[in-house]
Amino acid sequence: MTPSVHEPNLALHVEDLTVSYGAKPVLWDIDLDIPPGVLAAIVGPNGAGKSTLIKTVLGLIKPAAGHVYIYGQPYEQQRRIVGYVPQRSSVDWDFPTTAIDVVTMGLYGRLGWLRRPGKAEKKLAEEALEQVGMLDFAGRQISQLSGGQQQRVFLARALVQNADIYFMDEPMAGVDATTERAIINLLRRLRDNGKTVIVVHHDLSTVTNYFDWMLFLNVRTIAQGPVKEVYTKDNLRAAYGDMVALLSQNPLEAVQDAPVQDDILS
Amino acid sequence: MDIFALLNDFTIRNVALGAMFLGVSSGVLGSFAVLRKQSLLGDMLSHAALPGIVLGFMVAGTRQLLPLLLGALISGTLAALFMLLLIKRSRLKTDAALGIVLSFFFAIGIVLLTLVQGNPNANQAGLTGFLFGQAASIVPSDLWILAVVTGFALVIVTLLWKEFKVVTFDAQFAHTLGFPTGVLEIALTSMVALAVVIGLQFVGVILMAAMIIAPAVAARQWTERLEIMVLLAALFGALSGVVGAVISALARGLSTGPVIVLCASLIVLISLLFAPNRGLLWAALKQRQHRASLRSQQILTSLYKLGEEHNNPAYLTEQGMMSAYFGADTARVFKRLESRGFISRTVHMPEEGEHWELTPAGRQEAERILQSFEASSENPKLETPGASYA
Repeated sequence: MTPSVHEPNLALHVEDLTVSYGAKPVLWDIDLDIPPGVLAAIVGPNGAGKSTLIKTVLGLIKPAAGHVYIYGQPYEQQRRIVGYVPQRSSVDWDFPTTAIDVVTMGLYGRLGWLRRPGKAEKKLAEEALEQVGMLDFAGRQISQLSGGQQQRVFLARALVQNADIYFMDEPMAGVDATTERAIINLLRRLRDNGKTVIVVHHDLSTVTNYFDWMLFLNVRTIAQGPVKEVYTKDNLRAAYGDMVALLSQNPLEAVQDAPVQDDILS
Repeated sequence: MDIFALLNDFTIRNVALGAMFLGVSSGVLGSFAVLRKQSLLGDMLSHAALPGIVLGFMVAGTRQLLPLLLGALISGTLAALFMLLLIKRSRLKTDAALGIVLSFFFAIGIVLLTLVQGNPNANQAGLTGFLFGQAASIVPSDLWILAVVTGFALVIVTLLWKEFKVVTFDAQFAHTLGFPTGVLEIALTSMVALAVVIGLQFVGVILMAAMIIAPAVAARQWTERLEIMVLLAALFGALSGVVGAVISALARGLSTGPVIVLCASLIVLISLLFAPNRGLLWAALKQRQHRASLRSQQILTSLYKLGEEHNNPAYLTEQGMMSAYFGADTARVFKRLESRGFISRTVHMPEEGEHWELTPAGRQEAERILQSFEASSENPKLETPGASYA
C-alpha cells in the first residue's frame, strides 16, 4: 500500500485532534487547516492549549485522538521540512555553550548519526546569525545574551533548518520593541519567500498588524481563517469570554480599525 | 617512603590506577548528569545498589567483583524504575520520590548485610567495605573491569557527542530533529549507573554521589564550553582519585574513599571561590568595581546637570556640596575622576574650599552616560493584554 496523501494543498491539516492531561481535555476535537505561504497566529487566553497544539503537531505530546498532516503527509515523514522555535524559557541558558553552537544544532538532524558539523555547517550557522543580526555575538556564551538576543539565537537555529513550515512558540514574549520589530520583519520575509509560519501569539493588540491568517483557540477551535474575516468582536468574546472587558488595552479598537465591513461589502 | 617508591608499590599502584579510571568515568558522565539536573540520581543509584551487592554475594557465594556489580546494577535499575513509577502514578514530587526510594533500598541493603554477617561464612568480611569503600581490596582483574567500563563510556560519549549535547540542552528540539530522545536519555542515565557501580568499591555507597557531582560542578566553574567542561571534569576526577589514593596510602589507616571525596570537595571549593567569571571572589570584585563606577557616574552626571542648571558648562562645584548631596564622603571618588581626566581642581574664592570643574572629556563622558540611561529606559514594552491573565 502506498502511503496515503491527504490534503496535499494544505501546509497544515489537523483533524479531530484531542489531547488530555489525565481526565481533563486540553484540546478538544480540533480541526485546523492552514494554507501554504501565510503568516498565521494562534491566539487564545492562557490555558487555551496553544503550546499544546504546536507540541502535539510536532509529536512531542501524544494525542488521545485525531491526526496531523503536513503538506499531505504525516509529520513523521515531513520532519525535514518542519522548523521549530520552542519557548525561550524551555531551556537552561546557563548551559556551557556559545550562540553559534546552538544555531548549529539546527543542522544536527540533517547530519544524522555520528557525523560531526564541519566548515559547511559553520558557514550556514553564520549566515543564519547574520540574518537575525547576531553575527557579532556568535562566540558569546548564551547566558551572557539578553532575552531578545537569546530569542534571536533560537530563531537562527530554526532558520538554519531551511524548513518549509515553521512552528514558533511565543517568539515575541518578553523581548523589547526593537527586537519585536526585527522578529516580525524576519517572519514576513520568510512568508514572502513562500514559507508557512505558524506563531503562538499572546498580544492581541498586534494581531491584525502582524498576521494574515489566524486561529482563535480556547480548548476548542473558536474560529479560523484570514485575520480580516476572523478578528471580530463575536469571535474575541467567544475565545476570551468576559475577560475581554478586563484587557488593559481594548483589543476591540483594533477591530474597528480594521476595515472588516468594507472588505465584506466590496 | 617517597612518592615514587609508593607508586612502585603494587597495591598502591593498583588503587591509584583504579581511582583514576573511576575519576575519569564519573567526571565525564557526571557532567551530563549535572547539566540534566540529575545530580541526586547518582546518590539514589549508589544507595540502591547495596541490596544488589549483598544479594549478588549470597548467590555467588564469593566476594568476586563481577556478580556483585551485576547485583548492584540490577537493584539500582529497579530503584530507578520504581522512582519513575512513583512520580508518574502518585502525586509525589521528584525529590520526595527519590528520598523514599533511596532510603527504602538502602535499609533493605543494611538488613541483608546484617543477616549475612550473622552467617559463619568468613567471606562476608569484605562486604561492609562497600559502605565506605575498600580500595585496598582491589585486585588486577578488578582493574581490568574498571578500565573496560571507563573505555566503553568514553567511546560512547565520543561517538554520540552531538546527540548527547543536543538532548541535554534541549530535548524537545532534539526530538523534532528526529533523534530518539528517550533512548538517548536512558543511555546517559544507565551510563551514570555504570559509573556509580564501578565506583562503589572505592568510595562506597554513601559517598559515591560526590564523585558524580563534584568534578562536574568544579569543571563548570572554569569554562563556558561543554567539551572543555567534560575534559576538565575527567581531569579533576582523575586527580582527586590518584591524590586521594596516595594520601591515604601515606597516612596508614586512612580510608581511601573518604579521602578521595575530600580531595574532590577541595577542588570544588577552590573552583567555587576562585574561578574567573563564575567564582565568588570574582563576583565580589566585580560588584565592588561596579559600585565604584556607579558612584563616579552619579557624581559626574550631577556635576554636568549643575552646569546645565546654571547655564554655565564650566560651573565650579565644591566637593562638600556633593558629599552633602549623596550623604557620603566623596573625596575618593573625586580623586578617581581627576586621575581619569574627567574633572580638574580650581579655586573659586580664596576663602572657600577646593572647587572642581568638568573637563571637556568629563562633559563628553557625562553626556554619554546620560544618553545610555535614556536609551535603556526608552519605551520598555507595555504589558500586553494577553499577558495580563498570567
